[in-house]
Amino acid sequence: MEDRRPALPVDLVDHNALVGPYPFRRLPDPTPERLLAELSRLGIGRAWVGHVPSIYYRDVAAGNDELFRLLEPHRSTLLPVPAVNPAYPGWEREVERARAERCPAVRTYPAHYGFAAGGSEMRALGSACANAGVELVLTVRLEDGRQRHHLDVAAELLGADVRATVRAHPEVRLLVTNADRALVEEVHFGSTEAEAARVRWDVACLWGPPEDHLAALFRAVGRERFVLGSHFPFRLPEAALITVELAR
Amino acid sequence: MTAQRARPAREALKETGGSSPLVDVHAHFLHEGCGRSDWAERNQSRLDAGARIGITLHVASILGSFGHTSPTYFPSPEDVTAGNEAMREIVRAHPGLVAGYVAVNPNHVGHAVAEIERGLAAGMVGIKLAASRRASDALLDPIAALAAEHRVPVLQHAWQHRRREVANQEISDALDLLELAARHPAAAFILAHIGGGGDWAHSLRALRDAANIWVDLSGSGVDRGMLELCLECVGHERLVWGTDITMDTGWAKLRALEAMNLGSDALEGIRWKTAARLFRLTL
Repeated sequence: MEDRRPALPVDLVDHNALVGPYPFRRLPDPTPERLLAELSRLGIGRAWVGHVPSIYYRDVAAGNDELFRLLEPHRSTLLPVPAVNPAYPGWEREVERARAERCPAVRTYPAHYGFAAGGSEMRALGSACANAGVELVLTVRLEDGRQRHHLDVAAELLGADVRATVRAHPEVRLLVTNADRALVEEVHFGSTEAEAARVRWDVACLWGPPEDHLAALFRAVGRERFVLGSHFPFRLPEAALITVELAR
Repeated sequence: MTAQRARPAREALKETGGSSPLVDVHAHFLHEGCGRSDWAERNQSRLDAGARIGITLHVASILGSFGHTSPTYFPSPEDVTAGNEAMREIVRAHPGLVAGYVAVNPNHVGHAVAEIERGLAAGMVGIKLAASRRASDALLDPIAALAAEHRVPVLQHAWQHRRREVANQEISDALDLLELAARHPAAAFILAHIGGGGDWAHSLRALRDAANIWVDLSGSGVDRGMLELCLECVGHERLVWGTDITMDTGWAKLRALEAMNLGSDALEGIRWKTAARLFRLTL
């Protein structure tokens, strides 16, 4: 029987956008204004927006200041997703700031910040996010491992890291970005039903035809677990839309 | 400022196919000998997605048994032959929609030469070199000479900037291909999948003055800035469109090129005209 469900949600939200420069290659025009133009061009209504430099700052709070300032004129469309380093003093205030500013989520980068994804810091952050009602965004990789700069040595996120984080608190909700099919399947089938229901995935790095990884995951994991994510300004934003469209 | 919703995404996607020909210069098909139970389903998926994207010609290869009975990048002579025969069968089954490369392993150079002669005589339109032997190696010279003699292009699998050896491949990059292309100025070479992994900027900077090397846009990579650097370094005249094993990202790069307002000549060249010249196709 023909599947008549829409491949794309009616109100499109890009859940995986960032702004700001990247130390290892030039990202063309990584600004909120360019992001707005791309969203408009592609018919995407809103975006969750992180901050690339905050991935590399020691004091992430200062990066969040920059993110909020950059997005201030565009808050109806660009929703800030600040970063939190739970191994650095004052991190609880960043979670509280995210809640107070009605941010939908916060981001963290264990390998870049130097804490164990399966350790006490992540458990504390997971609990804080659950209590604050904000989703926690984890990023598997920023760039394809084959092209990384020789100084860019942060490890990619493992399935074990995701599984440990979702177990940090019974109500923590995760959004994992830039995962491939193998990692999605590992976490989904390596979790209880209740745990898996608290993990969402973006489509940025999932393959379409002819291998049809996204279509296979829709069947195996459930399409409700997947959200649109472009990984702007690293990737062409039309790629995520097309991957979803071709998964029908 | 609020983003203006210029047009719904679905509406925008419908406009993608265009009405002019679209040649995918880097496609693969599977066959029964690949050991995958879903081989026919994957082939059909490629054809179905191609119809939605608007692909009018898939130029494709089969790399032996794709690892089932010998390594993908070091296929046995028997697997090479079986793969090429299966490729010719697919071409025959889809006349006008699918064209084929002859894939060879240059380590078995006598077999490779015979395989190319047999394939081209049967209507194959190009030669596919994967990662069996580094592109700069002299073993490839008879193959490049055949390509020049028959005026068919060589699609060379590449890792964009090889900085180390990689398991199960004898990888080549643009610098390796430059050596081969310099020894065979009458042959045409295509650097495979600029988005297929590695430092694409390294390849593009290297190929700026390589008049007999074209660049195929396939690969899973859709990095912003890559298309702009392709145009800056090799120009639209030496770009050809392709998908490899991720047709979604191929379509995305085509959409992005359309949005760059290149002009119809440049876009038509990338879509099909340059490929038609390289492969001597009538489309």
